[in-house]
Amino acid sequence: METETPMETPIARVRGLGSAREGAGHWWGERATSIAALVLYAWLVVSLFRLGRLDYATVREWLADPWAAVPMILLVIVTFRHLRDGLQVSIDDYVHDEGNRFFMLLLINFASAAGAALALFSVLRIALAAGAAVAGAPGH
Amino acid sequence: MARNPNRPLSPHLTVWKWGPHMLVSILHRVTGGALATVGAAAFVWWLAAAAASPEAYATFLHWATGWLGILVGIGLTWAFWQHTLSGLRHLVMDSGAGFELGRNKFWALMTLAGSLVLTALMWLWIVKGVH
Repeated sequence: METETPMETPIARVRGLGSAREGAGHWWGERATSIAALVLYAWLVVSLFRLGRLDYATVREWLADPWAAVPMILLVIVTFRHLRDGLQVSIDDYVHDEGNRFFMLLLINFASAAGAALALFSVLRIALAAGAAVAGAPGH
Repeated sequence: MARNPNRPLSPHLTVWKWGPHMLVSILHRVTGGALATVGAAAFVWWLAAAAASPEAYATFLHWATGWLGILVGIGLTWAFWQHTLSGLRHLVMDSGAGFELGRNKFWALMTLAGSLVLTALMWLWIVKGVH
């Protein structure tokens, strides 16, 4: 029996058909960030309840304290990593067109990086401004 | 790169019989998607406004305490608790536990009940605190 010679090279035929060898890492990352998020969001919920109010002065004073600023920085990092990973799974599962999928993955990477950077900058701005005010105060 | 149609796709919603576990599973993705987009945007707005100026924070509070903000806030609170409780259930199931039909259904229903109760309690507390 005569078989047709494929036009594709063997590597071209298998490309994209197998494991990228990154699935387990992604899976673990999602679990690790979810457990970290449980701890950090428990802290956030308790903190907000203890504050009782969320006016400008209360929030500024709260985030000026390193004991609030540092957990908040961790919460921002964990949140944006977790939401990026989660959105990626949804895109991988539901966006079947390769071009759209690539574009959507690029979009969530850019958007989550931008969101995280803005949130981190904001927390640091409040915390460091408070630190500078203390350092610059008379008597220091 | 062309997609090979012989490769498996994610399960389609239309071919499964609906049950609590099915509902909770899809709600996990829906609530995750809402938190990752609307929730994250509101969270960043809150922090950026607090870092910017009292005026920027006043603008944030104006929207957050308006009817639209409260509606979105209640929705995000429920999404947060549903995703958290459902996520806890998934962590247990990742260990291989809780797949017995009865137990699986029971805890699926518990995440639904729990998220509603916690959302109600939280907003009761907020409303009582405002007055």
